[in-house]
Amino acid sequence: MNKIFEQFGTHRHAALILLMLLLAVVLPLGLDIFRLNLIGKYLSYSFVAVGLVMLWGYGGILSLGQGVYFGLGGYCMAMFLKLEASDPVSTKIQTTPGIPDFMDWNQITALPLLWQPFRHLPLALLAVVLVPGLLAFVLGVAMFKRRVSGVYFAIMTQAVALILSVLIIGQQGYTGGVNGITDLKTLLGWDIRTDRAHYILYFVNVALLGLVILGCQWIQQSKLGTLLLAMRDKEDRVRFSGYDVASFRTFVFCLAAALAAIGGAMFTLQVGFMSPSFVGIVPSIELVIFTAIGGRMSLIGAVYGTLLVNLGKTYFSESFPDLWLFLMAALFIGVVMAFPDGLAGIYSARIRPWLLNRRGIQAASSVTQAGNPARP
Amino acid sequence: MSNTNYLLAVEDITVSFDGFKAIEALNLYVDQGELRVIIGPNGAGKTTLLDLICGKTRASAGSIKFKNQEMTRMAEHEIVRAGIGRKFQTPSIYENLSVFKNLEVSFPRGRSVFGALAFKCTEDVRARAQAVAEEIGLAAALELEAGLLSHGQKQWLEIGMLLMQDPELLMLDEPIAGMSARERELTAELLDRICRNRAMIVIEHDMEFVARIAHKVTVMHQGKILAEGAMEAVKNDPRVIDVYLGH
Repeated sequence: MNKIFEQFGTHRHAALILLMLLLAVVLPLGLDIFRLNLIGKYLSYSFVAVGLVMLWGYGGILSLGQGVYFGLGGYCMAMFLKLEASDPVSTKIQTTPGIPDFMDWNQITALPLLWQPFRHLPLALLAVVLVPGLLAFVLGVAMFKRRVSGVYFAIMTQAVALILSVLIIGQQGYTGGVNGITDLKTLLGWDIRTDRAHYILYFVNVALLGLVILGCQWIQQSKLGTLLLAMRDKEDRVRFSGYDVASFRTFVFCLAAALAAIGGAMFTLQVGFMSPSFVGIVPSIELVIFTAIGGRMSLIGAVYGTLLVNLGKTYFSESFPDLWLFLMAALFIGVVMAFPDGLAGIYSARIRPWLLNRRGIQAASSVTQAGNPARP
Repeated sequence: MSNTNYLLAVEDITVSFDGFKAIEALNLYVDQGELRVIIGPNGAGKTTLLDLICGKTRASAGSIKFKNQEMTRMAEHEIVRAGIGRKFQTPSIYENLSVFKNLEVSFPRGRSVFGALAFKCTEDVRARAQAVAEEIGLAAALELEAGLLSHGQKQWLEIGMLLMQDPELLMLDEPIAGMSARERELTAELLDRICRNRAMIVIEHDMEFVARIAHKVTVMHQGKILAEGAMEAVKNDPRVIDVYLGH
């Protein structure tokens, strides 16, 4: 058992190291900054996919509204950046200088109370995680205590996504409406629009993603990870072993929300705006598709799934704009039908046995290679 | 309701589903260290009674006191933590986890979210899992995936998971269903051993097995108690013969 576990452990670390090498070395060397920035944008979605692996794959709770938390994280970041971009000097042509331009257009004459905390970076960064986390906590307690689960839970999360996107679009003076929050310029005086800034933000994104995956792997290995799986398959047995199932589900829902929010904040920083088009039902479902294609039980697979679908989207929507949606649907249906565990399932069912097999043959022929660790 | 010396005192309990009274004004008292067997025809309300005690079903009226503490309004996990363990009719184990992990997860420590995050499988957990595995005859199968166990072994594993919690009252719903003659004998011996320091309520149909293990037998019929007492007396009760044993 311990032996199997060790092997499994090193194998998992190897997969993470390989992913990090790809993201931090291969891609920056091989792509120009425009393409790399695009990859950075996709990687910000992969935070949501990693959260969905924990929530959906491990916890068995399907949320079709993760865009809400991605959006809230992104908006918290964007509000800080927007205030910095709206200093009295550069907004002196407005009726009320010193407030964001869209507020001025909507006849608002003072900065709303809701926006006040976002003058300070530490508060804004805290809000990035706390606002979505708190919303997930309230919703989680309300639903899981009442034992809302499965399809009903998924529908509730969709309702929240719809409500929030309607609210953001409707409250134009406070949120920038359907355009979102645009024209973001600097972070504490540091221009985030330059190539150099894009490089730095890309590496910050990759490092954060690595840390997040490590943290999630640690949770999966803890008793909490075991309990999540146990709850997914035998809810009553866990409950009648003395565990409060609702509190564990609330925790993993909050975790997924916080991860999505970090992704949202990184999106805002790298892309330079945030809009309600990332909050609604359609983007939320797209995020689930990324996870399903990557493999909902695999943290690493979810990242590859996100990258692959988005690269496909970019390529196909440039070449065949009319066909793209059909292709994406076909990809989704094909993968789910043929490989319910996604890309990670293809790897562990087909490629890994083949690799191990080959290694076995090599080890037999060469004694020196026998001690080398597996390289997927 | 007044306090009693009983470990479990169920008084005037009634539960109705859309007007149908599955259990009506039922009283049941279980002593410390007692092994009580509940028998009765299908639909008598035996499983519903266990559901009521462990909080899975809520009573419409009446009181359930465990060590003189009212249970009817407590959440399921709180009832478990108070010391009541429940085994389900079909073996309910975590099929994808090893036998050891099944036992480890059932150990009563790290039951909160952050407790579970900080939980470490220390020597005492391992020793306890080993002891329980020996008790249920699965010491050699600790590393085996639980889904690969035989039906009888799964039943024992679930009993073992409850033993990890060391409950003062253990409730088993048809523990020998689907077992071979040999497995039944081993189960009887197991129940004899584990009831030395706890009370048990067992639902069972097999009369030979009941006679073998029971200290006291309760016969249920249509949501009420028909007879109660020693196996011999109950077996010769004409009403019991009429509704249950006669068939």
